[in-house]
Amino acid sequence: MKTEFSPTFLNTPDGKLANEILRTCVHCGFCNATCPTYQLLGDENDGPRGRIYLIKQVLEDKPVTQATRTHLDRCLTCRNCETTCPSGVEYGKLIDIGRKVVEEKTTRGFKEKMTRKALLSLLPYQKRFTSTIKLGQIFKPLLPKILSKKIPKNIKAGNYPSSTHSRQMIILEGCVQPALSPDINAATARVLDRLGISLIRPKNAGCCGAVNQHLSDEEKALDFVKQNIDAWWEHIQNGAEAIIITASGCGAMVKDYAHLLRDDKDYADKAKKVTELCKDISEVISKEDLTPLQTQQRQTKNISWHPPCTLQHGQKINGVVEKILTDKGYNLLPVNDSHLCCGSAGTYSILQAEISQQLQANKIKHLTKHQPEMIVTGNIGCQTHLQEVSDVPVVHWIHLLDN
Amino acid sequence: MHLDSNTQNTLLDQLSQIVSSEYLLTTTEALTPYECDGLSAYQRLPVAVVLPDNIEQVQKIVQACSNLKVPIVARGAGTGLSGGALPHEGGIILGLSRFNKILSIDTNNLTAVVQPGVRNLAITEAARPYGLYYAPDPSSQIACSIGGNVAENAGGVHCLKYGLTVQNIQQIKIVTINGTLLTLGSETFDTPGYDLLALMTGSEGMLGIIVEIVVKLLPKPHAVKVLMASFDKVEEAGNAVADIIAEGIIPAGLEMMDKPAIHAAEAFAKANYPLDAAAILLCELDGDEDQLEEQVIVVEKTLKKAKANNIVIATSAEEQAKLWAGRKSAFPAVGRLSPDYYCMDGTIPRKQIAHVLQKISEFSDHHGLLVANVFHAGDGNLHPLILYDANKEGELKTAERFGADILELCVEVGGTITGEHGVGHEKIDQMCVQFSPAELTQFFAVKSAFDPDSLLNPGKAIPTLHRCAELGAMHVHNGELPHPEIPRF
Repeated sequence: MKTEFSPTFLNTPDGKLANEILRTCVHCGFCNATCPTYQLLGDENDGPRGRIYLIKQVLEDKPVTQATRTHLDRCLTCRNCETTCPSGVEYGKLIDIGRKVVEEKTTRGFKEKMTRKALLSLLPYQKRFTSTIKLGQIFKPLLPKILSKKIPKNIKAGNYPSSTHSRQMIILEGCVQPALSPDINAATARVLDRLGISLIRPKNAGCCGAVNQHLSDEEKALDFVKQNIDAWWEHIQNGAEAIIITASGCGAMVKDYAHLLRDDKDYADKAKKVTELCKDISEVISKEDLTPLQTQQRQTKNISWHPPCTLQHGQKINGVVEKILTDKGYNLLPVNDSHLCCGSAGTYSILQAEISQQLQANKIKHLTKHQPEMIVTGNIGCQTHLQEVSDVPVVHWIHLLDN
Repeated sequence: MHLDSNTQNTLLDQLSQIVSSEYLLTTTEALTPYECDGLSAYQRLPVAVVLPDNIEQVQKIVQACSNLKVPIVARGAGTGLSGGALPHEGGIILGLSRFNKILSIDTNNLTAVVQPGVRNLAITEAARPYGLYYAPDPSSQIACSIGGNVAENAGGVHCLKYGLTVQNIQQIKIVTINGTLLTLGSETFDTPGYDLLALMTGSEGMLGIIVEIVVKLLPKPHAVKVLMASFDKVEEAGNAVADIIAEGIIPAGLEMMDKPAIHAAEAFAKANYPLDAAAILLCELDGDEDQLEEQVIVVEKTLKKAKANNIVIATSAEEQAKLWAGRKSAFPAVGRLSPDYYCMDGTIPRKQIAHVLQKISEFSDHHGLLVANVFHAGDGNLHPLILYDANKEGELKTAERFGADILELCVEVGGTITGEHGVGHEKIDQMCVQFSPAELTQFFAVKSAFDPDSLLNPGKAIPTLHRCAELGAMHVHNGELPHPEIPRF
């Protein structure tokens, strides 16, 4: 695709990258076919090809208004388009750049600003968020429905194993997950313990940075990224085999650390190492001999698997969890349109509630078509979002190995 | 060509009474993503984009435009490769993307009633649980819309055996330029009177707006085998195509790719294509088991005789899907080799394949631009992809000249300038090479019977005689004018 950037912008790292990405796009339109918002809204401006065009205009210094911003806001960043694109357009990276520039060039209304600020000052901070959720659990009956349905039941973490093995891996605790579902990482620790692996839980690590990164606050996102790298580095030097992530949304972000810090002279090499070591829990489990996990006869048999976008499109991990669970004797029911987003998409379910709820309704219809006993997934965002409207339990798949 | 401001204001006022503001786009910012379709080399901004979601709205929109003499360009998924949905500066884009519902599937009569914005592949996906599928499968089938398929008479990998769109639809509803809803074709196979359904198919949005389609569905074949043969020379692969058909076998699909296309497609699809081959042929055979065994033996023998050095037979559905995935994504995958490509769409008699490929390679040297060849070899439908860089001054012009040379060569060897992508904006000048003034006059007579004021996709598909007579529009070979019978002004 032809681009006409100003030389000043073209010489910046963002300008260079955006230009390279745009020039890979041949405008074929295949991406629109699997874009959840294009399917719902039918406007070229609400599909990846149109958004690429909008971003191109902005980067070429053409006039931009909140109309462009709205179309970019409506993008779920599910990156389904990247999976579909035969030309290899890195849309996720392009929209991050586009959003950043549009944010600088347009002004949001007061209410919108406050909501985004509130999300940014709450979600990435584990202690703050946990206290808020605890309060929410107490006062749930008094809250408006839009908020109350987002607050899950109080779940106990369960025990962490006490034994120490020579094989060690770091786990990212995350920010919202320990508050919403603290049992996921504990279950992961127990499963890995039986496979002879101990988990290191570095104290100073925090949010992966994704919340800020996707709300156009790159500066703060990079602070989080560096804080994590610092917290992990000592353990990496001591021979930790991997950095395990149990929320695929965070995994997609951590795997991007090398890219985000590519031009940082202090952190580029460390970030590269972190990205190399970063593994979704499914990548780790699938490489192990699972014989030690053979246990009693299970009651649950028929399940529906919801592959999070950040797993299947962001990290391009497909068929791995499915194989682990099938090998363990579970029957994965067929689910239509499993490539489509459930509408959770980080803060999207709050900021774009209407579209999010349509996607949520479509998704739950497909997931429950064959009456599963349980829905399993691999990302805390999808899990709580689907649980809001599901009559059957929605859990992280690792629990199915923890019994 | 632009609208005067009075007409424009009246038009926008009337359109705003028909659709809600969200579906009436008028700002440059919102219109720009509509300035081109899948052929992004040409761009024009329309006055407005209107996105209705029911037939009544379409009728009112067309009536409003008709009264004000405003041109209408219909658009489906915007994946066309001939600029058929390139906007008109003084007109509107009538987008049918919100007409995306499959209304019914009739398993007794093997048909489906679909809205024009439904994606081609979505029809097959919806029919699959009933053991049925929709046969025409353009490479863009994941994204292209059935309305656009009808307007362009789209083909695809399987049209060699199962026909183009025109052979696979039974009935359509159109809105005429005065807003009337017409049903063409019928629920039975034959209809008395003129075959207006066939006329409408491939009419490139110039005779009416397609608002509903009854497509034919076929039962899935009992068994399918896909063979992949590699060749050391492109010409040998070309000759093998003619040899297979000469054996009396009509494969369900017979496709060819040359080295650059193989490399690009492999990078995306990871289909295990041989990267050292000069060309590969993909041959799909279908039918009942016994018949199929026999055909596989004959095709294998023919390929070997034609100097294929390696033949792989994919029997499982997964392996077959993988082999086709590469072919179907080959066009956009070429985006990995070059920032831009210009996709041509000529057809030639099968026996000319080797000769034409040789000539294309000579043109490539002459113009200094690389070319990747991907094509429906079985029906002689070439898709040379000319690689260029739109950011480099003059390269698009060179690519256009290169493309024109290829199309004129196609006509010279007894073929045509388009196999399935349509004429659109792109190949309008080559129509002068393909058709005589008498033929073009008849085309215009048909056009004015449906659209006397020339408001439906004007300026596309049929060149005026005056345009043809301008020498700049054609190439003069050895000082001889093609079609000396055309009056020159």
